[in-house]
Amino acid sequence: MVLTRQLADELFGKVLKYSRAEETEASISGVSYSLTRFANNTIHQNVAEEDVTISVRAVSDHRTARASTNKFDDDSIRQVCESALALAGLQPPDPDLLSVPGAQVYRAVDRFDRETAELSPRARAETVQKVIQRAGMDHLTAAGVFSSGSVVQALYNSRGLSAYHDESVSEFSVTMLGDSSSGWAKRTGTRWQQLSVDDLADRAARKATQSREPREISPGKYTVILEPAAVMDLMGFFLLDFGGLAVEEKRSCLTDRVNQKVFGGNIHVRDDVYHPSQGGAPFDGEGMPRQRVSLVRNGVVENLVYSRQTARKAGTAPTGHGFPLPNEYGEAPVNIVVEGERRSEEEIIHSTSQGLLVTRLWYIREVDPYKKIMTGMTRDGTFWIEDGEVKYGVKNFRFNESLIEMLNKVEMMGQPQRAAGEESVEMVVPTMKVADFNFSSLTKF
Amino acid sequence: MKDWAQNALDTALKRGASYADVRVMDLRQRYLSTKNGQAGQVRDSQSLGLGVRVIAGGSWGFASTQNLSRSSVDAAADLAVQIARASALCKKHDVQLAPEGKVVERWEASCRVDPFSVPVSTCLDLMLRVDAELRKVKGITLAEASMDFRRIDQLFLSSEGSEIRQVKTQTGTGYVATSFAGEQIQRRSYPSSFGGQYQTRGYELVEELDLIGHAPQVAEEAAALHQCDQCPVGTKDIVLSGSQVGLQIHESIGHPIELDRVLGDEANYAGMSFLTLEKLGNLRYGSNLVNVVADATIAHGPGLGTFAYDDEGVRAQCTPIIQNGLFTGYLTSRESAASIGQTRSGGAMRAEGWNRIPLIRMTNVSLLPGKGNLEDLIGDTSDGIYMETNRSWSIDDRRYNFQFGTEIGWEIKHGRKTRMLKNPSYGGITTEFWNSCDAICGPEEWVLWGTPNCGKGQPPQTMGTGHGASPARFRNVQVGVAYSGN
Repeated sequence: MVLTRQLADELFGKVLKYSRAEETEASISGVSYSLTRFANNTIHQNVAEEDVTISVRAVSDHRTARASTNKFDDDSIRQVCESALALAGLQPPDPDLLSVPGAQVYRAVDRFDRETAELSPRARAETVQKVIQRAGMDHLTAAGVFSSGSVVQALYNSRGLSAYHDESVSEFSVTMLGDSSSGWAKRTGTRWQQLSVDDLADRAARKATQSREPREISPGKYTVILEPAAVMDLMGFFLLDFGGLAVEEKRSCLTDRVNQKVFGGNIHVRDDVYHPSQGGAPFDGEGMPRQRVSLVRNGVVENLVYSRQTARKAGTAPTGHGFPLPNEYGEAPVNIVVEGERRSEEEIIHSTSQGLLVTRLWYIREVDPYKKIMTGMTRDGTFWIEDGEVKYGVKNFRFNESLIEMLNKVEMMGQPQRAAGEESVEMVVPTMKVADFNFSSLTKF
Repeated sequence: MKDWAQNALDTALKRGASYADVRVMDLRQRYLSTKNGQAGQVRDSQSLGLGVRVIAGGSWGFASTQNLSRSSVDAAADLAVQIARASALCKKHDVQLAPEGKVVERWEASCRVDPFSVPVSTCLDLMLRVDAELRKVKGITLAEASMDFRRIDQLFLSSEGSEIRQVKTQTGTGYVATSFAGEQIQRRSYPSSFGGQYQTRGYELVEELDLIGHAPQVAEEAAALHQCDQCPVGTKDIVLSGSQVGLQIHESIGHPIELDRVLGDEANYAGMSFLTLEKLGNLRYGSNLVNVVADATIAHGPGLGTFAYDDEGVRAQCTPIIQNGLFTGYLTSRESAASIGQTRSGGAMRAEGWNRIPLIRMTNVSLLPGKGNLEDLIGDTSDGIYMETNRSWSIDDRRYNFQFGTEIGWEIKHGRKTRMLKNPSYGGITTEFWNSCDAICGPEEWVLWGTPNCGKGQPPQTMGTGHGASPARFRNVQVGVAYSGN
């Protein structure tokens, strides 16, 4: 491991020795990470990195600033402490700035697997080799990544707060390409053995094969079944909206909508870093313990999340979702869990007389920040469903759909599962069947 | 730097690498922001480290470390070779590089006013004055401003004998006024959205932009958007502001011409490209007016894609991409150029930091200017919409189907800007759109815009790219589609 607790403790000891600020916070992060990338049935990029960064925040006279370095000799640490203090002194005072918090108690989470953290390049390459062989069975071409490693986050301050979290990380993502189609599957986790790489390769290959020679159907409003990766990439655009500061500053789509029924009665969303399928540290950017927060219950926006400073302004308690200070955004939930139903995806497909099945979405962007209209494309496996069966692949669509409206049209859900996409952080979400999803145009493949 | 790099290079070669290059990079960044009368972020950071890239057993390996002790550097070089040998388990053929000569040079980008020498209090004071101007206007609920300074000091050493030291200073600044009322959030930004304008220059960029002078109009437009009409749905002629043309170039020309996408290297993540190899020299990408270059040379201007040598040690070049509408060139690397039979790389390989490998990235992909100013162009348009400053952008993973939204628009009737329009959007298919271009404004309107946040690669890398553009007109474009059906 690149950053042990002992080393982090020693580094903070040096920070305390050199800092002349009234209050001092140090965030020390470490990464030891490797990623094997393949395309055209070849490993074409294969990388490893090790880095440790120390970021010092000085608080003096209602002013705060941050300076960071990845050099740990005494001079560098002295200099980073001096820089943070000097930067703080060059700005106007902030009357709302709080002192750093005192020592906190954290619930233990175990998210470290040594084998995953130390997986060798050869082990990754051998796994990729099998996936390439699987692609060959269906005359497909494989592209993807297999990554593994570990991350460490340690946080200290001069009032005695001390937090440390280490976590192993792994990801396998694969796209199988045919002459006229593609299929995709991805999984992430703290233990690489749980990625079930063979299953992912089969799934991607099946989608590529089933969507060969995709047909063109007209854009319009269709019943759509969004697989978990598509759901999570859309839900990710809500994260900042659930921050207390975003609502106070009227940049959230939930401005004037808190405590109102905004979504369908079957929508229940919480933030829960302790969920067994979730990842991450049990503390936030200031070292406050993360709490479970029910965000949406029966479609009603019940709660927001709060950093210490936002909570004080709102007259409530912090929830442990603050970003490292200073920042402009305040806080956000980053461990979303959306409740679902006890249905398999097959059952949901069987219930659908006509509709579309979407594997994943791509290049999602916000069109309207208050109506929460999003645009984006389908990608790597879009299918026509008729009479309860997947019939054939179709060419990809652009959508323009309000997420608020979408969550009022959810007709059916699957069992929640940890999902990974490319536009947001991992979540636990179900497959969703949504009525009248607005596909506005087609592309050429 | 030299000792660290040389150690890594020597170790990699001793371990059996047939080729190696090493980059030592020292990145210093200062980011400052204000929000509603208060300092937002005030932070400095420094990141120093070394990355070693090797070919061993005919395949690539790369390892990086921030620990620059002799043993750690040796370990990184050793690991890079081990990784390359593991890569060789899944290879079809040995990596081949287009030839490149040995270069020994030092280059420093021009920077008239070192932004790190400008007191932080001076920067914050300027942003807070802008902030106050924005919030003077009734209806502004949020005022935000930022400045972003970077100094990149890099040494490149290769086993072919090259030794290149480059120092670049980059500056970015901008602000946004947000207005919430009723059930709408409207924004106006200056000089562009998503961070403003970025160039490879010093603080002189900030001084030239007259940030305070533009603030009242920016704020008034943000508030006025609540009262104006919605952009209609239908087919219209559109005139795009220069910064919006810049982003249109980025998404629908810059990315598709990356040869690694074309060859499938990015199939799992960033996607591929419709510009398959048989289209080179044959595809009519745009109308006869459309001339695009990928130009990393200093002569093109101080863009975020300006350098002396890329991260493979290849000298900066100007590559014609579209000539009188015809598709004529890709962005290439030494490996990809060799793979399609080209004799030399186009010099487009860049890495975000010492801990990332270089990838094919846009340099300054620019639309060359035409004639006349914006007033002339609007005067020549009988029925259309003028759209300004990007608000949203999206394009499919082969770069055909795009959709953009802008912060503001104005209807054009009989050669005059008339009513203001809110929530403008337009969409189309890349080649159809560029073939509909029938007017491009002249050099007096041409600006080398900076896009600081271009994402690509796994692990992800963010890179700055440049896009020279002036306002341009496109005929019969689908508008308003983002809101239809919602």
